[in-house]
Amino acid sequence: MFQQDLQNADCIIVMGSNMAECHPVGFRWVMKARERGATIIHIDPRFTRTSAMSNQHVAIRSGSDIAFLGGLVNYIIQHDRWFKEYVHAYTNASTIVGPDFKDTEELDGLFSGFDPAKRAYTTTSWAYDGTLAPPAPAGSSTNQNGAHAPPAAPKPAVDFRVRPPHTDPTLQHPRCVFQILKRHYARYTPEMVSRVCGCSPEEFERVAKTLCDNSGRERTSSFCYAVGWTQHTVGVQYIRTASIVQALLGNMGRPGGGILALRGHASIQGSTDVPTLYHLLPGYLPSPSAAAPQHDTLDGWVANTMPTTGWWANGRKYMVSLLKMWYGDAATPDNQWGYEFLPKSVGDHSHIPMFKAMSDDVVKGFMCIGQNPAAGGQNAIYNRAAMAHLDWFVVRDLFRIETAEFWKAPDIPDPSVIKTEVFFLPSTSVTESDGSFTNTQRMLQWHDKGAEPTGDCRSDLWFSHHLYKRLRKLYEGSTDPKDAGFLAMTWNLDVEGPMQEPKAVDVLAEINGWTTADRVPVKTFLDLKDDGSTSCGVWIYTGVAPAPGVNKARARVADAYTSLGWGYAWPANRRTLYNRASADPEGKPWSERKRYVWWDETQKKWVGYDVPDYPATKAPSSKGDWAKGGMDALDGSTAFIMQRDGKAWLFAPSGIVDGPLPAHYEPWETGVKNPLYGTQANPVAKVWNIVGNRYIDAGDPNYPIIITTYRLTEHHLSGPMSRWSPWLTELQPEMFIEISPELAAEKGIENAGWCTVYTPRAAIECKTLVTRRMRPFTIAGQRIHQAGAPFHWSWAGVVTGGNANDLIALVADPNVTIHEGKAFMCQIVAGRKQAEILAKLPDQTRPLPLVGRREKRAAESAIDEGIELAERVGQYLPLDHPEGVYHG
Amino acid sequence: MAKGFYTDTTACIGCKACQVACHQWNDIPAAEGGRTELSGDSYDNTQTLSAENWRHVKFIEQITEDRTQEGFLQGSRWLMMSDVCKHCVHAACLEVCPTGAIIRTEFDSVFIQQDACNGCRACVAACPFGVVDIGRDGKAHKCTMCYDRLQNGREPACAQACPTESIRFGDIPDLMKLADARVAQLKEQHIDAYVYGKEDIVGGLNAFYVLVDEPHVYGLPEKPELGSKNVDEGFALSGVAAAALAVTGLVSFRKSRMDEKAGAATEDHH
Ligand code: SF4
Repeated sequence: MFQQDLQNADCIIVMGSNMAECHPVGFRWVMKARERGATIIHIDPRFTRTSAMSNQHVAIRSGSDIAFLGGLVNYIIQHDRWFKEYVHAYTNASTIVGPDFKDTEELDGLFSGFDPAKRAYTTTSWAYDGTLAPPAPAGSSTNQNGAHAPPAAPKPAVDFRVRPPHTDPTLQHPRCVFQILKRHYARYTPEMVSRVCGCSPEEFERVAKTLCDNSGRERTSSFCYAVGWTQHTVGVQYIRTASIVQALLGNMGRPGGGILALRGHASIQGSTDVPTLYHLLPGYLPSPSAAAPQHDTLDGWVANTMPTTGWWANGRKYMVSLLKMWYGDAATPDNQWGYEFLPKSVGDHSHIPMFKAMSDDVVKGFMCIGQNPAAGGQNAIYNRAAMAHLDWFVVRDLFRIETAEFWKAPDIPDPSVIKTEVFFLPSTSVTESDGSFTNTQRMLQWHDKGAEPTGDCRSDLWFSHHLYKRLRKLYEGSTDPKDAGFLAMTWNLDVEGPMQEPKAVDVLAEINGWTTADRVPVKTFLDLKDDGSTSCGVWIYTGVAPAPGVNKARARVADAYTSLGWGYAWPANRRTLYNRASADPEGKPWSERKRYVWWDETQKKWVGYDVPDYPATKAPSSKGDWAKGGMDALDGSTAFIMQRDGKAWLFAPSGIVDGPLPAHYEPWETGVKNPLYGTQANPVAKVWNIVGNRYIDAGDPNYPIIITTYRLTEHHLSGPMSRWSPWLTELQPEMFIEISPELAAEKGIENAGWCTVYTPRAAIECKTLVTRRMRPFTIAGQRIHQAGAPFHWSWAGVVTGGNANDLIALVADPNVTIHEGKAFMCQIVAGRKQAEILAKLPDQTRPLPLVGRREKRAAESAIDEGIELAERVGQYLPLDHPEGVYHG
Repeated sequence: MAKGFYTDTTACIGCKACQVACHQWNDIPAAEGGRTELSGDSYDNTQTLSAENWRHVKFIEQITEDRTQEGFLQGSRWLMMSDVCKHCVHAACLEVCPTGAIIRTEFDSVFIQQDACNGCRACVAACPFGVVDIGRDGKAHKCTMCYDRLQNGREPACAQACPTESIRFGDIPDLMKLADARVAQLKEQHIDAYVYGKEDIVGGLNAFYVLVDEPHVYGLPEKPELGSKNVDEGFALSGVAAAALAVTGLVSFRKSRMDEKAGAATEDHH
């Protein structure tokens, strides 16, 4: 959904986000909805600026959201509040799951296929009944300690090549998704929600009733979330649970409905679209994997990663067009359109494994652009210690942030032993260059340069371009096969002005794509071909620059609603995805009030307020022919076209590594035993049992307080863009922790006084805000305190202070390797006691004294490249299927 | 036509964009180079309107002991309010200013001409709202209603920056209509809201508020009075000032307010 559409919601639940505080501009649409009579509900451990604007604040402890959302699923089913016609037509409720599947109900919190030794699931038993079982992977990933024989990328657990999955339209079959769902969530009663989350059953039921009353044909509700949902060992499953709720209530693809992912940076959406991720190529095409033998060829990659039915059946066209843009004339049928040039990913190269690899002296050089890991990384001390292992290090930023001067960290005992050579390159600010942002709702907006850069400041585009040019000179003439891809790359950017700045619009033209022969811009991704005749940098962005001199990201014509003339939303300038679901199976709006996109029988096409998310003339009555594949395989009454079966997945038979249905697991660090299952925490969470990362055992009385971290309006992230601006620092000058008066009384801590917060990883001193906006919880009969800490401070900048990120352990979600920064345990004492406490922490928990010890380097010579390297770097992340990442 | 601010405190999310926009536009440096201390008073670390802070966002925590919230602004609540110079219809500061440094502009705002201020502090003592303050340069400072922006057809920086339209800028009668409608809407939701700054408050405030609790909760006087000793003298002075201003093509607030009363609403007087 798009932010402006929030005003059409009848109920908005903000959960896992402090939207008013962290997304104040988008929040105006929530307030507009409230003024129009919508009910705003904020579910959060703290009473925040968002709660202040809401009709109902429900306090739940950090890390318990799946229990709450699972409770909603149960409520909806038990009270028969699900949207029958919608669920029947548009979800996989009727699909029958294979006989080998076993649910958490039978296995006390585990699903079938769990391998305790490898701490990983084999997901074949989760497949739909009657679909081909994939071959067992050659190896399997293990999530212990980053050790790791890279397995073959598993084939999709659902192979629909032969026939569509079996269904039972009556929803009575005991193995149909609806019945499994019903059994799975039956234990998530209001009383259980209360036990796990700490709210009252009445508070929960009030939310459930409000949500149900505001969903259906005539009304829609939406959810807004941010990293309060994602930064958990079960982060992906948080979002999955919400999507189940919304699919059951018929709130997807409809005006005022949906789940809005609130982005925390100006172009974080763009950075996953284009992307800056290791496991994806532009437009959500999976990176070829060295561990998957099928990926040795383009055909094998297509067969292994692209479904044959639904929209992704077009994947080959997008891949070939991408290769053609990257390698130009060098991309030929003989070299599989240059597929052979592509480097293959050899492991999990996301943030945490990358820093572990630095720490292990595997990664020796690092370019850090627009990031501040020395302060912003989780277990930031570990990040700093890892940097000290680098040979060379490039930092590009506006200010000399902590990362640029990591050796100055107060906890680094002797900077002189650090041999890392650091290059600081000042960068321009956004107002000093042309370019685009892709915002939270997938919308590109262009910005023009407003001022010339000063001094040595250069734009990111300038840096990439001139870096390439210089590297190219160094590689020139090489006949080494591994350099062939680099030398084959097309790079035709013109430069202008005294600084030789490339033109950002030229990059946009490449992103949009053109016909290879005569470079006529492609107007839509429907025109992309797999025969080399089209070239396209990012297929989902096609259409943003559909003609020479036209830049739709620059469009600024707003109207009262969808504003299709403002900016350009991918794909195809569509504002709401899956908007076919805003009409009933026959193509008629579900109600006049919620009219959005519908089938026009006289014109024989889809029309509406938005660009229909459907083949323009595919009639609602058309019958799919499975053998034809692609969109032709699907009936005209399906709506979720990126899925192979065209359905919203209540149950995910593939694509998720930690379960086809979300289950509540306790955070990795918690004060309680899981009240729902014998399985305590996510059994396949990624863990790192390494020096400097000691975990707190569940229920450890030395660390009895739940803590969560967050942002304030006044600052940005670890502060690289705000702690250098006095106008902002005076508004929130000092690090503080928020605690309840009850906890303050127990600990003898005064408001505005000092306290020390610690975990086995770190101890930080901070000021205290004692406020009733915080409260103790009763969880499973046990009283437990909750604290909260913003993470904006560190040792550099106009204002400095304790860094909450130092406290956090490296432990992560197994799907996407996001850390668990939003729920962990700590201890708090009055006064400034950092030195005293650190002295008592065991040495092996503190990596910084080890900084500079380079003896380990001797082992370097033994390291080879490729797979062997990957084995040392981190465990292999099974390739996800495209739909798992489609929405960024 | 009198211009001013309508601040709907029920729409304020306390983001302080107004404070930052004000500092930036007017180029006012941060206090102590930005190295201030945590106040411990909720999220308010600037504490008061002052020579440097012409906007100030107040944070008032009213969380019940059992933390229950009954509805929007009912039960537990966290009130936020962006305060500013009231640009009073009867402006005590203007009336006591012995040098005529404080004038009423063509927008009916109250403006301190820095070159004429001698730092006597009479205005500081006279302002019933504690708005005027002496800056490091020894002169009196407060919100200018972005006089320079207004003269160039722009709204004040704070109003433009506010993401939630908590601060609105415009013609007073229009704004008052909006405020009255907002109060009615809140009353329907059983929220005890009212407009602070109608004629009963020193003849009317050109920066007025929708509030949901007693004025003193927001640090506002219940019944502000003009310092009586100063008032007569002040009115006399303002008469002189008005005459002077008329020469330069400006019209005094009295005339514009009278015109409004007579129903000659919208035409421009300059
Ligand atoms: S900018 Fe608006 S919402 Fe933000 S603090 Fe100021 S008045 Fe409140």
